[in-house]
Amino acid sequence: MTIPSGPALAAIDDLLPPYARELGMIAERIEDGLPVLAYDFSNRVQGRPGYLHGGALSGLLEMAAIAALRSDLARRGVVARLKPVNIAVEFMRGGTSQRTYALGRITRAGRRMANVVAEAWQDDRTKPIATALMNILLVPERD
Amino acid sequence: MLAGQKFDPSALASMLTNLGHSGWLGMQYHAHGDDWVELALPWREELVGIVGDGTLASGPIISLMDNATSMGVWTRRGSFAPQVTLDLRVDYMRAAEPRKTLIGRGQCYKLTRSIAFVRGIAYQDDPEDPVAHVAGTFITMVGQ
Repeated sequence: MTIPSGPALAAIDDLLPPYARELGMIAERIEDGLPVLAYDFSNRVQGRPGYLHGGALSGLLEMAAIAALRSDLARRGVVARLKPVNIAVEFMRGGTSQRTYALGRITRAGRRMANVVAEAWQDDRTKPIATALMNILLVPERD
Repeated sequence: MLAGQKFDPSALASMLTNLGHSGWLGMQYHAHGDDWVELALPWREELVGIVGDGTLASGPIISLMDNATSMGVWTRRGSFAPQVTLDLRVDYMRAAEPRKTLIGRGQCYKLTRSIAFVRGIAYQDDPEDPVAHVAGTFITMVGQ
Protein backbone atom coordinates (compact mmCIF):
# COMPACT_ATOMS: atom_id res chain seq x y z
CA MET A 1 0.00 0.00 0.00
CA THR A 2 1.49 3.32 -1.06
CA ILE A 3 -0.01 6.52 0.33
CA PRO A 4 1.05 9.79 -1.31
CA SER A 5 1.27 11.85 1.84
CA GLY A 6 2.81 15.32 1.51
CA PRO A 7 2.71 16.44 5.17
CA ALA A 8 4.00 13.06 6.44
CA LEU A 9 6.92 13.17 3.99
CA ALA A 10 7.75 16.76 4.95
CA ALA A 11 7.75 15.76 8.65
CA ILE A 12 10.24 12.97 7.92
CA ASP A 13 12.42 15.35 5.87
CA ASP A 14 12.46 17.72 8.87
CA LEU A 15 14.00 14.98 11.01
CA LEU A 16 16.81 14.24 8.56
CA PRO A 17 20.13 15.54 9.93
CA PRO A 18 22.51 17.89 8.10
CA TYR A 19 24.57 14.91 6.87
CA ALA A 20 21.54 13.36 5.13
CA ARG A 21 20.37 16.64 3.60
CA GLU A 22 23.83 17.49 2.31
CA LEU A 23 23.93 14.17 0.43
CA GLY A 24 20.52 14.95 -1.10
CA MET A 25 18.43 12.46 0.89
CA ILE A 26 14.65 12.95 0.85
CA ALA A 27 11.63 10.99 2.02
CA GLU A 28 10.30 9.83 -1.35
CA ARG A 29 7.08 8.07 -0.39
CA ILE A 30 5.42 6.10 2.40
CA GLU A 31 5.12 2.36 1.97
CA ASP A 32 3.18 0.27 4.51
CA GLY A 33 3.50 3.18 6.91
CA LEU A 34 7.29 3.38 6.58
CA PRO A 35 9.30 5.98 4.67
CA VAL A 36 11.27 5.18 1.51
CA LEU A 37 14.33 7.43 1.46
CA ALA A 38 16.16 8.29 -1.77
CA TYR A 39 18.95 10.36 -3.24
CA ASP A 40 20.06 11.11 -6.76
CA PHE A 41 23.54 10.21 -7.96
CA SER A 42 26.01 13.08 -7.56
CA ASN A 43 29.69 13.72 -7.02
CA ARG A 44 29.00 13.78 -3.27
CA VAL A 45 27.98 10.11 -3.16
CA GLN A 46 30.43 8.85 -5.77
CA GLY A 47 33.26 6.43 -4.95
CA ARG A 48 35.17 5.02 -7.91
CA PRO A 49 34.10 6.92 -11.06
CA GLY A 50 30.50 6.14 -12.02
CA TYR A 51 29.71 4.14 -8.87
CA LEU A 52 28.25 4.87 -5.45
CA HIS A 53 30.67 5.03 -2.52
CA GLY A 54 30.06 2.13 -0.09
CA GLY A 55 30.03 4.56 2.82
CA ALA A 56 27.51 6.89 1.18
CA LEU A 57 25.30 3.86 0.50
CA SER A 58 25.69 2.70 4.11
CA GLY A 59 24.68 6.20 5.21
CA LEU A 60 21.44 5.97 3.20
CA LEU A 61 20.69 2.50 4.65
CA GLU A 62 21.32 3.74 8.17
CA MET A 63 19.09 6.80 7.74
CA ALA A 64 16.32 4.58 6.28
CA ALA A 65 16.60 2.21 9.26
CA ILE A 66 16.41 5.08 11.75
CA ALA A 67 13.55 6.82 9.89
CA ALA A 68 11.59 3.54 9.87
CA LEU A 69 12.12 3.07 13.60
CA ARG A 70 11.11 6.68 14.34
CA SER A 71 7.88 6.21 12.35
CA ASP A 72 7.14 2.99 14.18
CA LEU A 73 7.80 4.49 17.63
CA ALA A 74 5.78 7.63 16.84
CA ARG A 75 2.79 5.51 15.77
CA ARG A 76 2.96 3.64 19.09
CA GLY A 77 3.45 6.83 21.10
CA VAL A 78 6.89 5.78 22.36
CA VAL A 79 9.29 8.65 23.12
CA ALA A 80 12.92 7.51 23.15
CA ARG A 81 16.36 8.62 22.12
CA LEU A 82 17.98 6.26 19.58
CA LYS A 83 21.55 5.09 20.10
CA PRO A 84 22.90 2.88 17.30
CA VAL A 85 24.88 -0.03 18.77
CA ASN A 86 26.06 -1.53 15.51
CA ILE A 87 25.44 -1.88 11.79
CA ALA A 88 26.43 -4.69 9.42
CA VAL A 89 26.25 -3.87 5.71
CA GLU A 90 26.34 -6.42 2.88
CA PHE A 91 27.12 -5.14 -0.61
CA MET A 92 25.52 -7.19 -3.40
CA ARG A 93 25.90 -5.05 -6.51
CA GLY A 94 27.75 -1.90 -7.46
CA GLY A 95 25.46 1.13 -7.26
CA THR A 96 25.51 2.98 -10.60
CA SER A 97 24.84 6.62 -11.52
CA GLN A 98 21.09 6.77 -10.94
CA ARG A 99 18.57 7.36 -8.14
CA THR A 100 18.96 5.04 -5.14
CA TYR A 101 16.17 4.08 -2.72
CA ALA A 102 16.24 2.55 0.75
CA LEU A 103 13.56 1.25 3.10
CA GLY A 104 13.94 0.05 6.68
CA ARG A 105 11.75 -2.60 8.29
CA ILE A 106 11.43 -3.28 11.99
CA THR A 107 12.20 -6.90 12.82
CA ARG A 108 11.55 -6.34 16.49
CA ALA A 109 11.21 -3.25 18.66
CA GLY A 110 11.06 -3.94 22.38
CA ARG A 111 11.42 -1.58 25.32
CA ARG A 112 15.23 -1.34 25.22
CA MET A 113 16.35 -2.66 21.82
CA ALA A 114 15.20 -2.47 18.23
CA ASN A 115 16.43 -4.73 15.42
CA VAL A 116 15.98 -3.12 12.03
CA VAL A 117 16.86 -4.30 8.52
CA ALA A 118 17.22 -1.92 5.59
CA GLU A 119 17.45 -2.63 1.89
CA ALA A 120 18.70 -0.38 -0.93
CA TRP A 121 17.87 -0.73 -4.60
CA GLN A 122 17.95 1.29 -7.83
CA ASP A 123 15.85 0.77 -10.98
CA ASP A 124 14.93 -2.86 -10.17
CA ARG A 125 13.29 -3.37 -6.80
CA THR A 126 13.89 -7.14 -7.01
CA LYS A 127 17.67 -6.60 -7.22
CA PRO A 128 18.89 -5.03 -3.97
CA ILE A 129 22.33 -3.43 -4.19
CA ALA A 130 22.95 -3.56 -0.43
CA THR A 131 21.30 -4.53 2.86
CA ALA A 132 22.02 -3.49 6.43
CA LEU A 133 21.20 -4.95 9.81
CA MET A 134 21.11 -2.49 12.71
CA ASN A 135 20.76 -2.91 16.45
CA ILE A 136 19.55 0.28 18.09
CA LEU A 137 19.33 0.98 21.82
CA LEU A 138 16.20 2.86 22.95
CA VAL A 139 16.92 5.31 25.74
CA PRO A 140 13.78 6.66 27.47
CA GLU A 141 13.51 10.47 27.39
CA ARG A 142 13.67 11.80 30.94
CA ASP A 143 11.09 14.54 30.60
CA MET B 1 46.05 4.62 -11.16
CA LEU B 2 46.89 1.28 -12.73
CA ALA B 3 46.59 -2.19 -11.26
CA GLY B 4 49.96 -3.55 -10.18
CA GLN B 5 51.47 -0.12 -9.67
CA LYS B 6 53.42 0.33 -6.41
CA PHE B 7 51.09 1.64 -3.71
CA ASP B 8 52.44 4.46 -1.58
CA PRO B 9 49.67 5.44 0.85
CA SER B 10 51.14 8.82 1.73
CA ALA B 11 51.46 9.85 -1.91
CA LEU B 12 48.25 8.34 -3.23
CA ALA B 13 45.87 8.84 -0.32
CA SER B 14 45.57 12.55 -1.02
CA MET B 15 44.59 11.81 -4.61
CA LEU B 16 42.04 9.15 -3.64
CA THR B 17 40.54 11.18 -0.84
CA ASN B 18 40.14 14.31 -2.96
CA LEU B 19 37.59 12.65 -5.23
CA GLY B 20 33.80 12.32 -4.97
CA HIS B 21 32.30 11.31 -1.64
CA SER B 22 35.62 11.09 0.25
CA GLY B 23 36.61 14.51 -1.06
CA TRP B 24 33.28 16.01 0.05
CA LEU B 25 33.73 14.46 3.50
CA GLY B 26 37.19 16.03 3.67
CA MET B 27 39.27 12.92 4.37
CA GLN B 28 43.03 13.36 4.63
CA TYR B 29 46.04 11.07 4.88
CA HIS B 30 47.30 10.76 8.47
CA ALA B 31 49.80 7.86 8.83
CA HIS B 32 50.54 4.31 7.69
CA GLY B 33 52.49 1.15 8.55
CA ASP B 34 53.17 -2.19 6.81
CA ASP B 35 49.54 -3.29 6.74
CA TRP B 36 47.55 -0.30 7.96
CA VAL B 37 46.59 3.22 6.98
CA GLU B 38 45.21 6.06 9.08
CA LEU B 39 42.96 8.71 7.53
CA ALA B 40 41.72 11.84 9.30
CA LEU B 41 38.22 13.27 9.09
CA PRO B 42 38.01 16.84 10.47
CA TRP B 43 34.68 17.75 12.16
CA ARG B 44 32.28 20.07 10.40
CA GLU B 45 28.62 21.06 10.74
CA GLU B 46 27.45 19.34 7.53
CA LEU B 47 28.49 15.94 8.90
CA VAL B 48 26.33 16.14 12.01
CA GLY B 49 23.89 13.26 12.59
CA ILE B 50 21.36 14.66 15.04
CA VAL B 51 19.55 17.94 14.48
CA GLY B 52 20.64 20.44 17.15
CA ASP B 53 23.45 18.20 18.36
CA GLY B 54 27.09 18.39 17.32
CA THR B 55 27.62 14.64 17.14
CA LEU B 56 29.03 13.28 13.91
CA ALA B 57 26.61 11.08 11.92
CA SER B 58 27.65 7.48 11.61
CA GLY B 59 27.57 7.53 7.80
CA PRO B 60 30.83 9.51 7.62
CA ILE B 61 32.40 7.07 10.12
CA ILE B 62 31.49 4.12 7.88
CA SER B 63 32.90 5.96 4.85
CA LEU B 64 36.12 6.79 6.71
CA MET B 65 36.58 3.16 7.77
CA ASP B 66 35.69 1.81 4.32
CA ASN B 67 38.45 3.97 2.81
CA ALA B 68 41.02 3.37 5.54
CA THR B 69 40.60 -0.43 5.48
CA SER B 70 40.57 -0.43 1.68
CA MET B 71 43.89 1.42 1.62
CA GLY B 72 45.18 -0.92 4.32
CA VAL B 73 44.70 -3.78 1.85
CA TRP B 74 46.71 -2.06 -0.91
CA THR B 75 49.39 -1.16 1.62
CA ARG B 76 49.75 -4.78 2.76
CA ARG B 77 49.70 -5.96 -0.88
CA GLY B 78 52.26 -3.33 -1.84
CA SER B 79 50.38 -2.50 -5.01
CA PHE B 80 47.02 -1.21 -6.14
CA ALA B 81 44.39 -3.73 -7.32
CA PRO B 82 40.70 -3.05 -7.96
CA GLN B 83 38.51 -4.40 -5.17
CA VAL B 84 34.98 -4.00 -3.85
CA THR B 85 33.63 -4.15 -0.30
CA LEU B 86 31.75 -7.39 0.42
CA ASP B 87 30.66 -6.48 3.90
CA LEU B 88 31.48 -4.09 6.68
CA ARG B 89 30.36 -4.18 10.29
CA VAL B 90 30.69 -1.21 12.61
CA ASP B 91 30.29 -1.35 16.41
CA TYR B 92 29.81 2.02 18.04
CA MET B 93 31.52 2.27 21.45
CA ARG B 94 30.54 5.87 22.08
CA ALA B 95 29.44 9.03 20.29
CA ALA B 96 32.19 11.03 18.61
CA GLU B 97 32.83 14.30 20.44
CA PRO B 98 31.77 17.40 18.48
CA ARG B 99 34.40 19.66 16.91
CA LYS B 100 37.15 17.05 17.12
CA THR B 101 38.93 15.32 14.24
CA LEU B 102 38.20 11.62 13.89
CA ILE B 103 41.05 9.27 12.94
CA GLY B 104 40.25 6.00 11.15
CA ARG B 105 42.86 3.23 11.28
CA GLY B 106 42.26 0.39 8.82
CA GLN B 107 44.35 -2.77 8.93
CA CYS B 108 44.43 -5.72 6.53
CA TYR B 109 45.25 -8.73 8.75
CA LYS B 110 44.91 -11.45 6.09
CA LEU B 111 45.15 -11.34 2.32
CA THR B 112 44.27 -14.37 0.16
CA ARG B 113 44.12 -14.66 -3.64
CA SER B 114 40.53 -13.38 -3.68
CA ILE B 115 39.64 -12.00 -0.27
CA ALA B 116 41.12 -9.34 2.01
CA PHE B 117 40.13 -9.49 5.70
CA VAL B 118 40.19 -6.15 7.45
CA ARG B 119 39.60 -4.60 10.86
CA GLY B 120 40.02 -1.17 12.31
CA ILE B 121 39.13 1.48 14.82
CA ALA B 122 37.94 5.06 14.71
CA TYR B 123 39.23 7.27 17.52
CA GLN B 124 39.69 10.91 18.45
CA ASP B 125 42.47 11.58 21.00
CA ASP B 126 43.20 8.12 22.30
CA PRO B 127 43.33 4.86 20.29
CA GLU B 128 42.68 3.04 23.59
CA ASP B 129 39.28 4.76 23.81
CA PRO B 130 37.85 4.23 20.31
CA VAL B 131 34.60 5.65 18.98
CA ALA B 132 34.07 2.54 16.84
CA HIS B 133 35.47 -0.86 15.93
CA VAL B 134 35.02 -2.27 12.42
CA ALA B 135 35.48 -5.63 10.67
CA GLY B 136 34.95 -6.42 7.03
CA THR B 137 36.01 -8.14 3.82
CA PHE B 138 36.91 -7.02 0.30
CA ILE B 139 37.00 -9.09 -2.88
CA THR B 140 39.83 -8.49 -5.33
CA MET B 141 38.72 -7.99 -8.93
CA VAL B 142 42.05 -9.00 -10.50
CA GLY B 143 41.99 -11.85 -13.02
CA GLN B 144 38.23 -11.66 -13.59
